[in-house]
Amino acid sequence: MKEFGYTVHKERLIDYDRNDKRVLNHLKKHEPSVLTCIACGSCTATCSAGQLVDFNIRLVQTLLRRGEIEPLKKEVRKCMLCGKCILICPRGVNMRNLILAIQTAIDKLQ
Amino acid sequence: MTRTTVIIGGGVAGMTAASRLADLGEQVILLEREEQVGGHLRNWDRLFPNRRPGYEVLNYLTEELGSKVDIRCLQTVTTIFSGERDFQLQLASGKSLRCDALLLATGFDLFDARRKEEYGYAIYDNVITSAELEELFRSGAPITTRQGKVPKRVGFVHCVGSRDEKAGNLYCSKVCCVTGVKQAIEIKELFPEAEVFGFYMDLRMFDRHFEEMYYEAQQKWDINFLRGRVSECAENQDQSIVLKIEDTLTSRPLKMTVDLLVLLVGFVPSPETLRLAAMLDLPVGEDRFLEPADEHTKSTLTVKPGVFLAGAVKGPFSISNAIADAGTAALQIHAYLKTL
Amino acid sequence: MISFNLFVLPFSFGLIYLLYMIIRWWTKWIRALPPEDRARFRKGIFSRQFFSGLKEVFLESLVHRKMFRRNALLGFMHMSFALGWFLLILAGNIESRIYSTSHVNPPYYPIFLKFFIHDRTVLWFEINTVPGFFRFLMDFLLLFILSGLILAMIKRGRSRWFGMTRTTHSQLTDRVALVCLWLIFPVRLLAESFTDGYYGAGGGFATQHLGNLFAVLFRESSQHIAYALWWLYSLALGIFFVTLPFSRYWHIPTEVLLIFFRRFGIPPKRIASSFSQVEIGACSRCGVCIDVCQLGSAARIHDIQAVYFLRSVRDEQVSRDITLRCLVCGRCQETCPVGINIDLIRLIERYNFSGSHASDFTYLPEPAPRKAQVAYFAGCMTHLTPSIIRAMKGILQEAGIDYHFLDEEGSVCCGRPMMLSGKHEQAGELIRFNRELILQSGADTLVTSCPICFRVFREEYNLPVRILHHTQYLLELIKSGKVPLQTVFRKVAYHDPCDLGRGSNEYRAPRELLAKVAELVEVPEEKEDALCCGGSLGIYTISSRKRDLITSDALDKLTSSGPEVLVTACPLCKKTFSRLAGIEVLDVAEMVYGAIPE
Repeated sequence: MKEFGYTVHKERLIDYDRNDKRVLNHLKKHEPSVLTCIACGSCTATCSAGQLVDFNIRLVQTLLRRGEIEPLKKEVRKCMLCGKCILICPRGVNMRNLILAIQTAIDKLQ
Repeated sequence: MTRTTVIIGGGVAGMTAASRLADLGEQVILLEREEQVGGHLRNWDRLFPNRRPGYEVLNYLTEELGSKVDIRCLQTVTTIFSGERDFQLQLASGKSLRCDALLLATGFDLFDARRKEEYGYAIYDNVITSAELEELFRSGAPITTRQGKVPKRVGFVHCVGSRDEKAGNLYCSKVCCVTGVKQAIEIKELFPEAEVFGFYMDLRMFDRHFEEMYYEAQQKWDINFLRGRVSECAENQDQSIVLKIEDTLTSRPLKMTVDLLVLLVGFVPSPETLRLAAMLDLPVGEDRFLEPADEHTKSTLTVKPGVFLAGAVKGPFSISNAIADAGTAALQIHAYLKTL
Repeated sequence: MISFNLFVLPFSFGLIYLLYMIIRWWTKWIRALPPEDRARFRKGIFSRQFFSGLKEVFLESLVHRKMFRRNALLGFMHMSFALGWFLLILAGNIESRIYSTSHVNPPYYPIFLKFFIHDRTVLWFEINTVPGFFRFLMDFLLLFILSGLILAMIKRGRSRWFGMTRTTHSQLTDRVALVCLWLIFPVRLLAESFTDGYYGAGGGFATQHLGNLFAVLFRESSQHIAYALWWLYSLALGIFFVTLPFSRYWHIPTEVLLIFFRRFGIPPKRIASSFSQVEIGACSRCGVCIDVCQLGSAARIHDIQAVYFLRSVRDEQVSRDITLRCLVCGRCQETCPVGINIDLIRLIERYNFSGSHASDFTYLPEPAPRKAQVAYFAGCMTHLTPSIIRAMKGILQEAGIDYHFLDEEGSVCCGRPMMLSGKHEQAGELIRFNRELILQSGADTLVTSCPICFRVFREEYNLPVRILHHTQYLLELIKSGKVPLQTVFRKVAYHDPCDLGRGSNEYRAPRELLAKVAELVEVPEEKEDALCCGGSLGIYTISSRKRDLITSDALDKLTSSGPEVLVTACPLCKKTFSRLAGIEVLDVAEMVYGAIPE
């Protein structure tokens, strides 16, 4: 069958209904500051690792909220935990614990 | 018996309230700390959204005051004694005043940009505040970098000291967005060849004609808006500024050099307001602005009978909103005085 | 004939059990040592270190010298129990020899001597004879311990007299053991007194008089009361011994082993080991770490202090959140009378919680620095305090130094923040990168503005170059006359950053620099006792509000004598303080830069 350009590819779609919110729920309990992100991106702008590699700590929070767990697993491994982002964040998001807590939550699920 | 109202603060709100009260036949004394009335409005070159000259509004307010109001400049209140139904004010000049009603219109201060050290204000030559840029516009002096260069690229950083728990200010200062867009257009008017960027988290064009001005900024003036909050700046050898930001719409960090960086500084409560509030036992909000008796229905009243609030003592206000608020305050004071 | 009565059984069983536990655990810990440490242990036993270890056991475990230094009343309380009981056992043993015909006595014999022996030939005041002297001594020691007991009771209600605001919340086993411990000595006093009174002889100056009084009051029944008391005494001892390994008092035998471990040169480890287990067991839960913890005093978090943390580790009930809720400022470690490496144990537990998650730092580039004699590494945080960078650049230029700014374009983190999460292996990858960067620069001196970097450079990098914090380097430059200075006449208070002060033992250089350019004012808690600014990277699970409480509290103290400027030597401290300070906050480098004449 001929594929038309408007076919929706599974991997393109955020299937919000099906996505796994367990990691998010774990975070809501253990690092509630994650709720306050306004996606300003100053964490990513200042990020030591983000200057060197495709690592976006702001996006980590967005992906987490969408329940997109698969990309998260790879992302959190790139963080150096240097803490610059915490000093910059205008909403007081505790990014260093966010990274560790995501790792813990993913561990728990597996 | 004549009833007296003392208005502390001769800015937009104080001037307006004084005129309205005088119109209503009340006796008004307007106390101003500076040499002249006008407050922050005196520092504006042109006003948003229509870029009319600031002095037009200032002149209007001054003319309205005319000779109806007893204006006393260079006055600071040292102490206030609250009586049963009146107030005694002790002034720094040694004089004292009695009044039946008191209006606090002491306004706001601008956020001290040095507190955001990462932006390099007072460290780098070419990082200035929006207030300083406005002052440059008003003085008519040529706008250049500190090294005398015509700026080829100018950046505006939104939300400096506002919406920032690190600065201790969670609130939005409301008028910086529109000020930034206005000043960006004015830069383009002066330097059509220059590239102008606004770095924003959200653009809050909350009032009439604001969104249209934003539209104009894009459509007519080709001003770039880049969604992301500047994290830090560094200085190049030639004193131009390199800023770091995430371009959140492409999800990538972005580095950019600008010749001039303008910090859109927000409102902070003035220490003077807080000092007076403490003397009068007025409640102060978590944002350190004063709390009216009711946010919706008694927004110019306080919990203390006879004490009223107008304008930016209650948080960020635009000029037009401050004028409207001061009018309301005048009516409320008039109604209160009638009950005495 | 062997003296025996059924009531000695609880004590005897308790003692046997306790000895079994001590031998079992000591053997286990010693056997679990890695071979090189076991060799150190074997060598140590037959060296002079063994005797200096014994001396330390006497001074710390019995006399409680460090407690005395902290607070005399607290020291006396601990000493009366430990030293008093020890001497009581010792003197009791010697005394029992006087009355024993056998060479080997059962252990209960000296403990319950007064039950078995009623020596009518010696009167209570005869202290010039050997048995009389011991009779006096035994009573004296018992009263000595009881004075400590009275202090311990007072401490429950008036802990401030002992220099403590808050004391340890005890757990069940601690309470059982405590009740037994508190019972042992008064019951012994009563048991002996009743017995001596009934027989009309055998007691010392206290027990005999008290006993005579009891004999008058209770007449014939005092014999039965005495017997019941001997049972109670034995039971209290027995239960105490059985509970001891599960209570805070386990520190008594464990601390002894720890002292020998240290004396024999056995080093602490990064992962859970015999050493860390012995340290954890050696915590006496005295609670002196509670008051110094700013999370408690300023942020009202009262369940994570070292004493509770170590206890939960020992009980294998430690939670991830508690493990990560610590500033790692080192204040508790500084004050711990047992000298436990508390921060290290935190990191060990964090390591245990870090799970299977590896890091992926394959993206790190090839380092390619410019060659220069001096390498300057500002550190991540310093990029957020550009005024410090401007000052450093200005001073280095003024001094005409050939330097290379290693991380001008941004940096790879030094690795200490990662280590603070317990992931020392992952931190190793960052360390390898920066180490290579520093080596390739060919510099013989490495200068950093960040105490966090400074500490890890010193402790982990193993670099063949001089590693200096900028305060140390600036002092050198100024002493060599390369930078002219003038006084700026400002009153300044200096704050010791944790990683520069307690962490790297550098208190002098920043003060000496400041003294050259300004007037230093008094600060209440400084140097080893310095407060943490609240911005610490050591803590993971804390809200920004709680952090602010710590910062405000520290600021109140630091500015109590009215300085015009608060000066620190760490970009993180500066950034943290300037958020909430009512006065200007500067780095030492900025002060120096500001003092260079135009």
